[in-house]
Amino acid sequence: MVLVLAIGDLHIPHRAADLPPKFKSMLVPGKIQHIICTGNLCIKEVHDYLKSLCPDLHITRGEYDEDSRYPETKTLTIGQFKLGICHGHQVIPWGDLDSLAMLQRQLDVDILVTGHTHQFKAYKHEGGVVINPGSATGAYSSFTYDVNPSFVLMDIDGLRVVVYVYELIDGEVKVDKIDFKKTANPR
Amino acid sequence: MIADGVEDEEKWLAAGIAGLQQNAFYMHRALDTNNLRDALKFSAQMLSELRTSKLSPHKYYELYMRAFDELRKLEIFFKEETRRGCSIVELYELVQHAGNILPRLYLLCTVGSVYIRSKEAPAKDVLKDLVEMCRGIQHPVRGLFLRSYLSQISRDKLPDIGSEYEGDADTVVDAVEFVLQNFTEMNKLWVRMQHQGPAREKQRREKERNELRDLVGKNLHVLSQVEGIDLDMYRDTVLPRVLEQIVNCKDEIAQFYLMDCIIQVFPDEYHLQTLEVLLGACPQLQPSVDIKTVLSRLMERLSNYAASSSEVLPEFLQVEAFSRLNNAIGKVIEAQPDMPIFGAVTLYSSLLTFTLHVHPDRLDYADQVLGSCFKKLQSVGKVEDNKATKQIVALLSAPLEKYNDIVTALKLSNYPCVMEYLDTETSKIMATVIIQSIMKNSTRISSADKVEALFELMKGLMKDSEGTAEEVDEDDFKEEQNSVARLIQMLINDDPEEMFKIMCVVRKQIMTGGPKRLPYTIPPFVFSSLKLVRQLQGQDENPFGDEATTPKTIFQLLNQTIEVLLTIPAPELALRLYLQCAEAANDTDLEPVAYDFFTQAYILYEEEISDSKAQVTALHLIIGTLQRMHVFGVENRDTLTHKATGYSAKLLKKPDQCRAVYGCAHLFWVDDQDNLKDGERVLICLKRALRIANAAQQLSNAARGSTGPVTLFIEILNKYLYFYEKVNQHITADAVNSLIELITTEMQQNDSSSSAPDPVAEAFLAGTLRYIQFQKQKGGTIGERYQVISTVKE
Repeated sequence: MVLVLAIGDLHIPHRAADLPPKFKSMLVPGKIQHIICTGNLCIKEVHDYLKSLCPDLHITRGEYDEDSRYPETKTLTIGQFKLGICHGHQVIPWGDLDSLAMLQRQLDVDILVTGHTHQFKAYKHEGGVVINPGSATGAYSSFTYDVNPSFVLMDIDGLRVVVYVYELIDGEVKVDKIDFKKTANPR
Repeated sequence: MIADGVEDEEKWLAAGIAGLQQNAFYMHRALDTNNLRDALKFSAQMLSELRTSKLSPHKYYELYMRAFDELRKLEIFFKEETRRGCSIVELYELVQHAGNILPRLYLLCTVGSVYIRSKEAPAKDVLKDLVEMCRGIQHPVRGLFLRSYLSQISRDKLPDIGSEYEGDADTVVDAVEFVLQNFTEMNKLWVRMQHQGPAREKQRREKERNELRDLVGKNLHVLSQVEGIDLDMYRDTVLPRVLEQIVNCKDEIAQFYLMDCIIQVFPDEYHLQTLEVLLGACPQLQPSVDIKTVLSRLMERLSNYAASSSEVLPEFLQVEAFSRLNNAIGKVIEAQPDMPIFGAVTLYSSLLTFTLHVHPDRLDYADQVLGSCFKKLQSVGKVEDNKATKQIVALLSAPLEKYNDIVTALKLSNYPCVMEYLDTETSKIMATVIIQSIMKNSTRISSADKVEALFELMKGLMKDSEGTAEEVDEDDFKEEQNSVARLIQMLINDDPEEMFKIMCVVRKQIMTGGPKRLPYTIPPFVFSSLKLVRQLQGQDENPFGDEATTPKTIFQLLNQTIEVLLTIPAPELALRLYLQCAEAANDTDLEPVAYDFFTQAYILYEEEISDSKAQVTALHLIIGTLQRMHVFGVENRDTLTHKATGYSAKLLKKPDQCRAVYGCAHLFWVDDQDNLKDGERVLICLKRALRIANAAQQLSNAARGSTGPVTLFIEILNKYLYFYEKVNQHITADAVNSLIELITTEMQQNDSSSSAPDPVAEAFLAGTLRYIQFQKQKGGTIGERYQVISTVKE
C-alpha cells in the first residue's frame, strides 16, 4: 500500500495566503510516500513546505511558478501504475476531457493528474483515470466562481487504486472515495 | 600576585580549620566529662579562630560553618547542664567571662538560645539583650556572620503570635523590632564594607559584598515568615522601616538587592496595597541603581498575580495600580536622565504587559504607555542600540500576543509612532511579526481606515528606506515581499463598496514600492480586484446609486496597474494578468474591455516576449483563453483568432508551431457555442499542422539523416479523431484512414531503417488505435462513425 498525495494550483501568495489550517493539520510528514504536484505553487516556501511533508516530490510547471526548472510533463511508475503529471494550461481546450485523454495516450499512463481549472475531477474511462485535484487553497479561477479547496490522496495497492478526494466545504472537510481497478493488460 | 593571594588564603583557612578542630577536640572531651569550665575554655579558644581578618567572605564562611556545627553540640550540652541543675541565668553570666569579645558573643548567643527555650525570661528581653550586645563587633565580615548566627538561632524563638514564646499584647512588635534591628545593623556593616580598603580593590570588594548579600536579605525573609505581620503592620511598620534603611544607606548594591528582595519575599497582595510607598522610594534611590529591573520585576509579579485569578482584579482598580506605576515610571525616568534608552523601553514594556494583563479592556492605558514611550524616544531620535530595539520589538509585540488581533492594535494611535523609531532592519522584522500574527489568527482587516493604519506599520517592507543603499539579501527580500502579498489576501470586506476603498488604499501603497516590489505586489492586487468584480456581479444593478464602483472602473484601475509592470519590465507576468482580466471582462459581458486586454496581451507578445520557450507558454495561454471567450462579436473574434494562428505559425521550433496550430483548430469549434462550429477552418488548421509536421520531418531528415519522430503525426491524428467524433463534416473517415496509413508506413520505415524504433511513438500509436477500438465497440452514433475507421496495420 502506497499513499500518493496529488495537489496543485495553490497560487500562494498571488491568490491565497496559505493552505486552509484544516488541510495543514491533516497533511503531516511521514504518512505520504510520494507527492505529485501539478504546479502553480507558486513560490519556494510552498515547495519547501511540500518537501517537508515528503521528500519524494514530483512537480510540473504551472504558468505562475517562479521556478522555471519544473518540467512541462513528468511520468513516474508507482507499483503497478504508471502516472503522468502536467499542469494542463498546455492542453487546449482547457480542462477538456477528450484532449486530456489524448495527452494520457501520448504519455502512455494509467493515471493522468492535471490541474489548472481549480475544479476537482476524477474520470474513469477505458484508458485509465484522469484526475484533477483542484486547488488546495481554493484559489480564484476563471473557470468557476465557486472554488472549494481540495486535494487528492491515492492509495495504490497492487492493481487497485482508491482515490480519496478531500474537499473543504463551508469549513468542513468532506471526503469522497473513488475506486479504480486496472485490468492487467500487457502494454 | 593573585595566585599567591589565593594560595595564602588557602593556607590561612587550613590553619584556621586546624586550630578550630584541635580546640573542638578538647571541647568534646570536656563535654563528654561534663566539665563546664573546660568546655567554656576550649569553645572560646575554638571560636577565636573566627577573629581572623585574613579570609575572604567565601573562605570565612567555610570556617564559620565548622564553628556553627560545633556550637550546635555545645548548645545541647548547655541544655543538659540546665537539666542537671545548673542555673541558666548563671550560665548566661558565666559565658561573659570569656576574654575575647567575638567568642564571648557567640557563646552568649548560644546560651541565649537555651535561655529563651527555658522560658525563665521573656524571649523579647533575651533577644533585645543579644541584639544590643552584638553591636560590640563592628568589623563587617565578623559582624555579619555573628549576626547571621544570631538570626539563625533566634528564627524559631521569636515571640510571634501563635509561637510558644508569644509574650504580651505587643509581642509581634517585639519580634519585628528585633529582626528589624538586626537587619539594620547588618545592612550598615554590609554597606561599610564598601568603604574599607584601597579604592583599586573596588571590584573585588563588590564581588565579595555580593557574596554576602543573602546574609542581610535573610532578615527580610524571616520577616516575611512572621505570622503576626498583617497588612497593617506591614504597611505601617515593616515596609517604612526597611525602606528607610534602604534609602538612607545610599549604597547602590544594597539598594538594588534589597528592593528586589522586598519584591520577591513579601506577598503580592501586600505590594499592591503599599504600592504608593514602595514606588515612592524608587526616585529616592541612588541614580546608578538599576531601578528598571526592580520595577520590571515588581510589574511582572503583579501581572502574574492579576493573571492568577480574576477575583483579585478589583484590588488593582481600587488602588489605581496602573496610574501609580505609570507615575512612578515617569518619575524614575525623569530622575535618571542618564538611564539608557534600553532601560526606559524595558520599563514601558513591563508596564504595557502589566496593563494588558490587568486592564485588557482599557486600550487607552496601553496607548498611554506607548505614548509615553514615544515621547521618550522623541528625545533620543532613531534607536540604533541593539538591546533597545529588541525591547521595542517586545513592547510592540505585547499587544499582538495579548489580543491575537492586529485590529485591536491598530486602534492604538501611538503604536505606529513608536515603530517609527526602529531602524530599517528591525522595522522590517516587526512588520513581519505583525503579518505572522495576522496569518496565525486568520485576521481579516476589513475597512479602508484600518488597512491604511496597517500599511503605516508596513512601511519598512513597502518601500526602500530613504538614502540608505544597503545590501539586501535576495532571498530575504523575496520572503518579505511574499509575506506582503499574503497580507493583501487578508484585506477583505464582503461589502463591495468598502472593498473597493480597500483596494484603492492597497493600490496607492503598492505603487510606491518601486520596480523590485511590484512584481510581488501587483498579482495579489489584481486577483483581489477580480474577486471584487465578481462580488459586484452578485449584487443588483447599482445598489448604492454610486457610479464609482462598477466592474468597468475596476478594470480601468487594473489596466493602469498592470501597465506599470511593463516599465520593470515583467512582460510575461503582465501578459498573464491581462489575459486573466480579459476572461473576467468576458464574464461580465464587457466586450470592449475584454478586447482591450487582449490587445495589450498581443502587443506584449509581439514586442516584449522574445524567448522562444516563453513564447510557447504565452501562446498556449493566449489560445487557451481565447478559446473560452464568448463575449466577442464575429469581427473582434476573427481579428484575434487570425492573429493567434499567425503567431502559432511563426514560433521558432517546428514541433511547437505544429502543436500551436492544431491547438488553434479549437478556436473555430467550441462545443457549447453553436455559432462557433466552423468545420472548414478547423480542417485548414489541421492540414496546416500536417504540413508543418512534414516540414519538421524533412528538416530532421536533412539535419540528422534520420526521420524525425512520428509523434507529431499521431498527435494530429488524435485531433482528427477528436473533430471526427464531434461530427465535423469536413473531417472525413477517408482523411483519418489515410493519416493512420501514413503513420503506420512511417513507423515501419523507421523500424526497418537502422535507427531503433521509437517506443514512445509506438505506445502512443498503440494507445490511439486501442482508443479507436473502444469507440467502435461503444455502439450508438459514435460506434457507427468509427466502424469505417481502419485500425489494422497493413
